[in-house]
Amino acid sequence: MKDQKGHIATQDPETVISIRNLYKAFGDNKVLNGFNFDLKKGENVVVLGKSGSGKSVLIKCIIGLIQPDKGTINVLGDNVPDLNTTQLDEMRVKVGFLFQSNALYDSMTVRENLEFPLRRHWIHTSKEEVNELVMEVLRNVGLPHTVDMMPSELSGGMRKRIALARTLILKPEIILYDEPTTGLDPITGKEISNLMVDMQKKYNISSIIISHDLNCVKITANRVVMLIDGTCYATGTYEELERATDSKVKQFFE
Amino acid sequence: MKKLFIEIGLIARFTGRFFTELFKPRFEFNEFLRQCFYIGNKSLPLVAITAFIMGLVITIQSRPTLVEFGAEAWLPKMVSVSLVREIAPVITALICAGKIGSGIGAELGSMKVTEQIDAMDVSGTNPYKFLVVTRVMGTTLMIPLLAVLADTVSLYGGYLGANIRGVVSWDLYWNQVFDTLVYGDVMPSIIKTFFFGFAIGIIGCYKGFNSNKGTEGVGQSANSAVVISSLLVFIIDLIAVQITDIFNLN
Repeated sequence: MKDQKGHIATQDPETVISIRNLYKAFGDNKVLNGFNFDLKKGENVVVLGKSGSGKSVLIKCIIGLIQPDKGTINVLGDNVPDLNTTQLDEMRVKVGFLFQSNALYDSMTVRENLEFPLRRHWIHTSKEEVNELVMEVLRNVGLPHTVDMMPSELSGGMRKRIALARTLILKPEIILYDEPTTGLDPITGKEISNLMVDMQKKYNISSIIISHDLNCVKITANRVVMLIDGTCYATGTYEELERATDSKVKQFFE
Repeated sequence: MKKLFIEIGLIARFTGRFFTELFKPRFEFNEFLRQCFYIGNKSLPLVAITAFIMGLVITIQSRPTLVEFGAEAWLPKMVSVSLVREIAPVITALICAGKIGSGIGAELGSMKVTEQIDAMDVSGTNPYKFLVVTRVMGTTLMIPLLAVLADTVSLYGGYLGANIRGVVSWDLYWNQVFDTLVYGDVMPSIIKTFFFGFAIGIIGCYKGFNSNKGTEGVGQSANSAVVISSLLVFIIDLIAVQITDIFNLN
């Protein structure tokens, strides 16, 4: 149901993302097959599923990088597949995306990486304000000394923190994390997971986290969604799903 | 064969998108200037050294034949025409296909496989405009300038080459060069370098932008960008020669 501005009215004002009957196939491979999902304000939801089950495709559909075949993706009142480029850019100020590979620009320093989204989204602030914002997010992730370093000079964990800082600099209401702890050692992975929770509390951010890492799931998840056969197969807290008797769910926690 | 036609179709579509995006705002002037600096300034020493050597070598190699026919005095004339019409522009384009084309293919390819292009999209930037339009415009405008530089430096190389065995005064050499060269020699050779530059830029960007298969794909993108753009340089050169010949421009 759409209002006069073309926005889809959400049933619950606390729901920031609402996905209904989402379908996406690549050739004969049906990745999302009628997926339904809701994300509440301030909630951290982890999407668990096997490799190739469509978890990354799901969040790329949410941010508008992949066009779904069918279904609605209501993000903060807008149906993403219906948005034009300008509207998508406006939506992406409010929705951050942390890439699995960090996606830091190799040719830019940490400062330039952090300034890039500010400048590109036409967020007009003075040089001093931009600098203050950059230093604030760097302090939040504990790396203010890296401001003039190149991404190639940073360790994997540091790069992940800088990528998170770049996502946070626009002060988004929602962050989509694509496997945030993949490729990190368990200690660094735990640090990143704790950092994600800290940022959620500090800025009241809602998050969808794609992860295989059960330690990360345990630390970050308010709720876990199992993406199996392209559908939302099961949902519940980590403890509830850990005790589940269903064989498909159980295999993830064994 | 089917694959080849599909590839040609995809390149044509990619090129068509370039012209639609070129005139749409927002214009990425800063990135365009950065690319011009990178493509022009950083390729300058390599192009200059190669052009100088080519001028020197062509003159040294041509001299014995001309001496045999008692036409040694024609050396500056012959060398200048061959350098300006053909050798300097083509050598410049081939060097740029190797240096710039492979660089663009590898850079965009690695940006693609490490999701930097997606990150750009998410950051409110049209990656095609920011990465492709600026680079293609950079190669299209800078390679002709490099070719003009190569013309000049290779002619200077030719002067030194002519003086290794024989004696040709500075004034005599340049008088003969400028008496020989007409607009019909210079202009078509410069105009074709715009097309060389465009081909090198568009192929490098196309290969990089459509890179896949991880790091292996990055290497393949860089490699095929060089191979295809070098081939295109020769094809464009062949077409340019036919056109100048048909319209009797030389």
